[in-house]
Amino acid sequence: MGQSAPSAETPVIMLGRQGNRRLVLAADAAARAAGLRVGIPASKAQVLVPNLQSFDLDAAGDAEALDRMALWSLRYAPIVAADPPDGLIIDTTGADHLHGGEDAMLEGLVSRMASSGIESRAAVADTWGAAHACARFLARPTFVAPVGQATAIVRDLPIGALRLPHDIVEGLLTLGFERVREVEAAPRASLTLRFGPELGRRLDQAIGRRSEPFEPARSAELIEVRRAFGEPIGAAETIARYTGKLVATLCEALEAKGLGARRLDLLFHRVDNRIEAIRVGTAVPVRDAKRLTRLLTDRIETVDPGFGIEVMTLAATLAEPFGSKQIISSLVEEPEPDITDLFDVLANRIGEQRLYRFAPVESDVPERSVRRIAPNAPDDGTSWPRDWPRPPRLLNHPEPIETMALLPDHPPVWFSWRGIRHRVARADGPERVFGEWWQRDAELIAVRDYFQVEDESGERFWIYRAGDGEDPGTGSYKWFLHGVFA
Amino acid sequence: MGQPAASPAIAALRERIARLEGGPARNRATLPFGVPTIDKVLPGGGLALGALHEVAGGRNGAIDGAAAALFAAGIAARTKGKVLWCVTRPDLFAPALAQAGLLPGRVVYVEAGDEASVLACFEEGLRHGGLGAVLAELARLSMTASRRLQLAAEASGAIGIAIRRWRRQTEATDFGQPTAAVTRWRVSALPSRPLPVPGIGRARWRLELIRVRAGESADFEVEACDDKGRLALFSDLADRSLKARNGPVRAIG
Repeated sequence: MGQSAPSAETPVIMLGRQGNRRLVLAADAAARAAGLRVGIPASKAQVLVPNLQSFDLDAAGDAEALDRMALWSLRYAPIVAADPPDGLIIDTTGADHLHGGEDAMLEGLVSRMASSGIESRAAVADTWGAAHACARFLARPTFVAPVGQATAIVRDLPIGALRLPHDIVEGLLTLGFERVREVEAAPRASLTLRFGPELGRRLDQAIGRRSEPFEPARSAELIEVRRAFGEPIGAAETIARYTGKLVATLCEALEAKGLGARRLDLLFHRVDNRIEAIRVGTAVPVRDAKRLTRLLTDRIETVDPGFGIEVMTLAATLAEPFGSKQIISSLVEEPEPDITDLFDVLANRIGEQRLYRFAPVESDVPERSVRRIAPNAPDDGTSWPRDWPRPPRLLNHPEPIETMALLPDHPPVWFSWRGIRHRVARADGPERVFGEWWQRDAELIAVRDYFQVEDESGERFWIYRAGDGEDPGTGSYKWFLHGVFA
Repeated sequence: MGQPAASPAIAALRERIARLEGGPARNRATLPFGVPTIDKVLPGGGLALGALHEVAGGRNGAIDGAAAALFAAGIAARTKGKVLWCVTRPDLFAPALAQAGLLPGRVVYVEAGDEASVLACFEEGLRHGGLGAVLAELARLSMTASRRLQLAAEASGAIGIAIRRWRRQTEATDFGQPTAAVTRWRVSALPSRPLPVPGIGRARWRLELIRVRAGESADFEVEACDDKGRLALFSDLADRSLKARNGPVRAIG
């Protein structure tokens, strides 16, 4: 709506026609706070709340937008689908390690949504039904159910969590059912007689007794190749062979469009209607069939073929223009060997965040002087200043040590670290590091005095005292060991 | 095989043995330390490229691996091309490696979850061939694993350095187990020379060459890597190292 959008404090409702009545179909937080809820007549809502903004619900437009969002969320996992009216379903199997684990993945997802103005909640659980319930009925923005525990969590949720039509939920409430576990304990036959088969089906799906396949979202312009098998396949070698064939076909399609693949999704449709997936990413656009096949076949062991695979589809879910490059023809210039393929292999094995280079940051505080950058980021040739020695091993957290030292600027005479007492034979320092007041107020006058000390056996340590030794405001005068020299 | 002491007969025998060991035409290039006393002991006059080497720290260095890391960084700094460094514990401080000549633009770190993944990444890096050096921090290194790494390094010509590092001092006895590595080093700190003024001079290391294929073990006392990754003998012993050339290897220091 752009500029004409109502402010966050204005109560907003969406109206729609159900039968011959106009009802409230959605209400925002302000409207809910004013006492409105979904399902009350439109006229009643308008009477109850003054200054109420109402809009007609555009169900088709919403569904389309949800589909677009499903395609967007393909960046997180290869198998996603819209879950109308207000959800997305993502099969995270085998994709979470590329985003730093399930917790990090959910947090990233929710914060990405929030940055584009969409309030969202996310949950990971063993089944679609359980994840659906956990996301909507647990008051947490992100939630990861431990493997095998989802069923127990769902049993404690209210029956509204079962994705049932409104009238069945009302009926169950009238009968005195409140929690999922109560419905589950009740005899199934009489409930089915009264409410129809839908109740039993939803209950089984939520607690994982019945499978629930879904059709993955695919955009029209996606470059995709597919192969169906007359007889289901299952052996790793067979899968590898057909993967090679699919990649070759895909590369031809990419070449026709002048693209290179940045991300490939290989889906295995199993005979029992489940879909297994392999996702690989590359650092630069790639169209080399051998290299892509290698990346995919590396991960075949993660695929469970079950009773057999009947269809394999390979899609380049992210493709970029394939830039041509001039080959170095100079006699003096030695070509730098291309190692992006190694980065791809490693990143797909251990995760993209776990492969990095360090780059200098202009900061005197040692732990802030490095930052991680992508391994194939351009090298600007900068390095750290060499005026002061730095230890090859830096402790994650400086460890407190016991010392005896003269104030204000003498190194300790001895110190004891991890229960071992070291006599200081030689020392160099202090190197004074000032706090970065522009980062945090607490560092306005904070000071660290670093010393390099060598004990009698020649081992060298990097220790510091918090504070300058004269003004207690600059630090606590406590000593810490921050690194080990060679 | 630039060893002045070896007679032509011995050189011919070595040649025959190398032929018997077979395999693809081996990459015989070496990376000299630039310190004649050390290079003289190593077959080929330097650390063999296309081979696996092992480095560990002595005493507490077995746990923190600081000297071993810096020694390895010095070797990697003198190779050409990118360097892959596989770790499980991310406690390396890149500015210190830059001070040993290994600039940040050259090193790519791989932070693997466990030792098995470190081994897999190590082997992948060695097999690739486009890297100058591949380093990995490992606690356990079995004969089979090291043999695989050695073969991968032979095929590609990259130098592989396994930095052995343990969680506890008692586990460091694992360093006695045989592996297929070509050389095995132990680096431990020595007290540095007192300066006439307060302060600390260049660090000194005791460098033990515990095992070397087709060579004899030796130990050296050296000054730590400079900003180009080069070691040096003590300056007050530099004269003696020339005389020691014809004497026993252990005479240095």
